[in-house]
Amino acid sequence: MRISANTGRCVGAGQCVLQAPEVFDQDEDAMVTLHTDRPGEAARAAVSEAANLCPAGAITIHED
Amino acid sequence: MTDVRSNVVDFPLRRRGAPFPPREYDGLREREGLVRAHLPSGQPVWLVSRHEDVRALLTDPRISANPANAGFPKVARTGGVPTQEEIPGWFVGLDPPEHDRFRKVLIPEFSVPRIRRWRPTIQRTVHECVDELLASDGAADLVADFALPVPSRIICTILGVPHADRDFFESRTQTLVDLAGTTEAERAEAVRQLLRHINRLIAIKRKWPADDLISRILGTGVVSEEEMSGVVMLLLIAGHETTANNIALGVVTLLSNPQWIGDDRIVDELVRFHSVADLVAMRTAVADIEIGGQLIRAGEGVMPLIAAANHDSCAFEHPRDFDPGRSARGHVGFGFGVHQCLGQNLVRAEMECVYRTLFERVPNLHLTRPVAELPFKYDGTLFGLHSLPVGW
Ligand code: SF4
Repeated sequence: MRISANTGRCVGAGQCVLQAPEVFDQDEDAMVTLHTDRPGEAARAAVSEAANLCPAGAITIHED
Repeated sequence: MTDVRSNVVDFPLRRRGAPFPPREYDGLREREGLVRAHLPSGQPVWLVSRHEDVRALLTDPRISANPANAGFPKVARTGGVPTQEEIPGWFVGLDPPEHDRFRKVLIPEFSVPRIRRWRPTIQRTVHECVDELLASDGAADLVADFALPVPSRIICTILGVPHADRDFFESRTQTLVDLAGTTEAERAEAVRQLLRHINRLIAIKRKWPADDLISRILGTGVVSEEEMSGVVMLLLIAGHETTANNIALGVVTLLSNPQWIGDDRIVDELVRFHSVADLVAMRTAVADIEIGGQLIRAGEGVMPLIAAANHDSCAFEHPRDFDPGRSARGHVGFGFGVHQCLGQNLVRAEMECVYRTLFERVPNLHLTRPVAELPFKYDGTLFGLHSLPVGW
């Protein structure tokens, strides 16, 4: 599983950080940043929940 | 309530003495398409009540939050959204891309890491407010004496309102949200006084910038001074009554569910469960759009019902149960899309801190009136409590 985050769309509310702090963070401008773009399978549930909760649709999960 | 022939519903459905969210919302969700309603002014509006539809609506670029649009719904006598002409910088009433300029400079102030750094200040303020509460003689109004001052002081600190001006800001914002005890003229006067004070504050920060939100935003040069006064006003008001209502209703709910006290998952479940901002997200379609199998024409007003979405059993099992053990995160209590509450991380931190501190320090806190007799808010835009008599 690979993930990408589109900072152009991110509205900075931080839902992703609250959902999966081991994967997502926010920089000084509150824009989403990734600790890793290849989180392990153990994080799958939290990552897909974060993608689902993101109010801007800024998080994408790629199955490659 | 429902005119069977035309199938048009009178709105809002909130009734004195009836449970909130209104039971009628269950029926609205089950009807095909969307439900047509009339506001007290006679203005027609589409009601959107399913969780899925509310999320779809609030993220659609064909939906506008600008109150200057002709079809924009005006629900209650108060709490409407001012236009940019009335108060420039009141950016919740702007659509992208204009909206982005404000959001971009403000979100860093409320990000998860930034709010983490505010936690000690929040804790200190909550302790102070509990001290003041306990200074009165074993009885108080938890709304006026605690739930309003906490968010008010914290936002003042973040904005950089000097200590000496805090009481002024606190009293004027209290006037604004006290629908039961003030007249419309008094509230209009409070707005004027606040704006005047805010403008003075901005002029001071311009001259002597400090380490606070107003100085930082002015320093970016992205927001004009005139717009800045609208921004400050918005931040002052937005985080104030909503949070106070959440705090007060939360105390009522937790007193009857004490087994959850101390669990941090209560916060999002409380925001979902109470959905105080049910009527906040008014919108207008700016192009034809289909939502929930219903065609909405350009120019028509739309009301996404936050409480109806948060009590949709397709999204939350047994939605009328207060159950912090569930995953409540998908709730739309802070809205959804680009206008999703900017201050939500602050609110979470405040609520967590408030309940932990309050129940720890005042273990025998109790209501002095039965829940059924409490003065719930049926008249404003927000749901909540006018007052909450408590003892200890
Ligand atoms: S949830 Fe979405 S919008 Fe919010 S910070 Fe994360 S990526 Fe950005």
